[in-house]
Amino acid sequence: MTGQLLEIRDLHVALPEGSERRYAVEQVDLELAPNEILCVVGESGSGKSLTARAVMGLLPAPHVKVEKGAIRFGQEDLTRVGDARLRQIRGSEISMIFQEPMTALNPVMTIGDQIDEVFRFHARMGRKERRQKATALLDDVHLPDPAQIIGAYPHELSGGQRQRAMIAMALALDPKILIADEPTTALDVTTQAQILKLIKELQAGHDTGVLFITHDFGVVADIADRVAVMQQGRVVEAGSADKVLNAPEHPYTRDLIAAVPSLVPRAARQRSAEPVLQVQGLTKVYRSGGGFFGLGGKERKVTAAKEVALELRRGETLGIVGESGSGKSTVARCIVRLNDADEGQILLHGSDLRPLGRAAMRPFRAKIQMVFQDPFASLNPRTRVGRIIAQGPLIQGQSPAAAQDRARELLEIVGLDARAFDRYPHEFSGGQRQRIGIARALALDPEVLVADEPVSALDVSIQAQILRLLDEIRDRLSLSMIFITHDLRVAAQVCDRIAVMRYGVVVETGSTGEIFRDPQDAYTKDLLAAVPGRHWLPARQDAIA
Amino acid sequence: MNHSVKRLRYVLKRLLQALPIVLAIVVVNFFLLHMAEGDAVDVLAGEAGSATPEYMAELRQKFGLDKPLPVQLAIYLKNVLSFDLGYSFRHEMPVSQLVLDRFVPTLLLMVSTILLAVGLGIVLGLIAAVGLNTWRDNLISVFALVTYATPLFWVGLMMIVVFSLNLGWFPTSGMENIAAFHTGWDRVWDIAHHLVLPTITLSLFYLALYTRLMRASMLEQAGMDYVTTARAKGVTERRIVFVHVLRNALLPVVTMAGVQVGALIGGSVIVESVFAWPGLGMLAFEALFARDLNLLLGIFLLSALLVVAVNLVVDIVYSLLDPRIEVS
Repeated sequence: MTGQLLEIRDLHVALPEGSERRYAVEQVDLELAPNEILCVVGESGSGKSLTARAVMGLLPAPHVKVEKGAIRFGQEDLTRVGDARLRQIRGSEISMIFQEPMTALNPVMTIGDQIDEVFRFHARMGRKERRQKATALLDDVHLPDPAQIIGAYPHELSGGQRQRAMIAMALALDPKILIADEPTTALDVTTQAQILKLIKELQAGHDTGVLFITHDFGVVADIADRVAVMQQGRVVEAGSADKVLNAPEHPYTRDLIAAVPSLVPRAARQRSAEPVLQVQGLTKVYRSGGGFFGLGGKERKVTAAKEVALELRRGETLGIVGESGSGKSTVARCIVRLNDADEGQILLHGSDLRPLGRAAMRPFRAKIQMVFQDPFASLNPRTRVGRIIAQGPLIQGQSPAAAQDRARELLEIVGLDARAFDRYPHEFSGGQRQRIGIARALALDPEVLVADEPVSALDVSIQAQILRLLDEIRDRLSLSMIFITHDLRVAAQVCDRIAVMRYGVVVETGSTGEIFRDPQDAYTKDLLAAVPGRHWLPARQDAIA
Repeated sequence: MNHSVKRLRYVLKRLLQALPIVLAIVVVNFFLLHMAEGDAVDVLAGEAGSATPEYMAELRQKFGLDKPLPVQLAIYLKNVLSFDLGYSFRHEMPVSQLVLDRFVPTLLLMVSTILLAVGLGIVLGLIAAVGLNTWRDNLISVFALVTYATPLFWVGLMMIVVFSLNLGWFPTSGMENIAAFHTGWDRVWDIAHHLVLPTITLSLFYLALYTRLMRASMLEQAGMDYVTTARAKGVTERRIVFVHVLRNALLPVVTMAGVQVGALIGGSVIVESVFAWPGLGMLAFEALFARDLNLLLGIFLLSALLVVAVNLVVDIVYSLLDPRIEVS
């Protein structure tokens, strides 16, 4: 094939001996044309990131290396060129942006200095000229006040601004290829939409070929010209975006697409009107600094929740939707009494939990339980699964035998083998761990389950399973659930009603159907408009239900 | 607000915060020392061999030791506030003069030790981390392990045996050659010459610690995302190590060094006695056995002030290294 910018042929990336599989990337063939966005989609462990890093020569040496195959860039094979030439190519002809703009930028160097490095190593320019160029770049990526941002440190910028700065750095020398490794995954949806738009705009303006790595089919639908789907290190399907998204051939692609939650809310269910939990006027302010005879600097106050009012009815799932910093997690933690709210009432069947002390709260602890976001961090790595689950009932005074029996039973309910009882959390995958987390929460027979982003850390196919499980459990154990998420697709599929939060305030509450059909608040409209791939609907609309 | 004004405010705030801390240290020390059996009069009487109870009572009255403890504390606090640290019955000198005389040698030893331990530790850790698993790394790691495990007094004695007695390169003890009556630069040179062995001895242990810490910190930082970013920009490995990684890797070392300065004063007692270095550690040691409580309290107060000052300096250095730390 001619006219291609990049041709990857029969690429094999070997993993160190003793790994689960021999190759992280196997027999991969890909090509990228100028002015084209190629999306490489796959779940975690599919080898998509390593493929991208192989192009840059950034594999984690010496354990992981290219064993076979070629990466042709112009006249050269990138797997064979020397270090010096590779350094020349990096940053000037091929550049890269990363997932987490906070950690991808050096925390103790100013943005300006970090952009400056690209010029210093690739172009002969005077200090002043470099500075001017950097300022112009920051302006190109639509950062406000470039002159000030150039002297700022990464922590002084917001997530979206940091990613813009990263993009500015990557595009400094007008590279032929931009490799973007999940560049919007760590960002809020509205920010994500802006960054995607920016990448598209700059790419079109400079004829850049973009290799875009992502796990999110919504993002793919928004920006891809062509798509390659990876599974277990192999490309299982590749083709034009239209073909892969709307007429997938490979069963794995079909499964993946089917697992993407639809934006069309599922049909409303029959619900009781009996309130289980009522939250009224909940306010939480975080304070820091201040004090010390007025020398302590200004006291900083962050109002994480302001007069939040919610009502949870028996058997329903109430979604709290919002971006990071909206206060949704604070509200959840206040309801479970992990944090103490400053004001307001948390009424469980009419009795206010907020003013209760430790001892008085104990009998209520069992009634409200929480499932956490990170299935890796939320389970004690040194405790066996059985003990993790049985601990709650033991504390509440159940006999050890009864608690253990219950734990085994719960493992079955959440779809795990009873043998899991004697194993440690690290022996399980992310999805399995989240099941353990759910079993732990259910062990106390709660009436209310608060799930804080329970599926955000999971792959899309696992996510669908966990959502189905939560649904099933809610009906089977007649639970009421508060479901916190930033993902409107997920919210559409699990929630009966939704409360949208922003800056600590609930801006809109309503049934899921109403909110999606006819959002009232301007912010809700923005959120809905920012959902990636909103114009593309998976072929099967009953993905979850 | 201007950045330097902010920093000045910060220093002012920290100094204000230090006042109650120092006061608390004085009070706690006072009571702690009085919990021990015996006082200066007991020791004086014991050394004299024969003292009647009447004479001891008279001595106590003279020293003010017969008053109730709270009154003694009040008197002491009042004196401290007017910069009077009392009188050492043992040395028959005002405590402040004694302490200040010994303070300079201690400070000299401390500063040179810290500079050597932190400076060389950083360099060695850097070399070890850059040449990971090469002979350089192995050599440095073994060196760090051995010095970490060797007792201070033994190192001191061996230093004297090898470098003073056998090779004759350095003097065996003391801070200067008093009999030579050096002045000006000659004296500075003489003191520096005397300083070499005690400094090396005292710093070896800390040197090992900082080498290991620096190596671990460098390796940790080398795996960070921003290093990948720098590589993706085409920056040379040299610059990645010296510009990107180094500055980030320094942070834990600086923190650790700040914490350990206090321990250094205590640790110097051994080195001071081995090398007959006329420092605070030796003085404290003597004062403790002579029940010279006034002197001890004075030393403690000075040490506390020193630690507070060093911590402040470390915090300021830290805020210069890490822009994320706000001085407010």
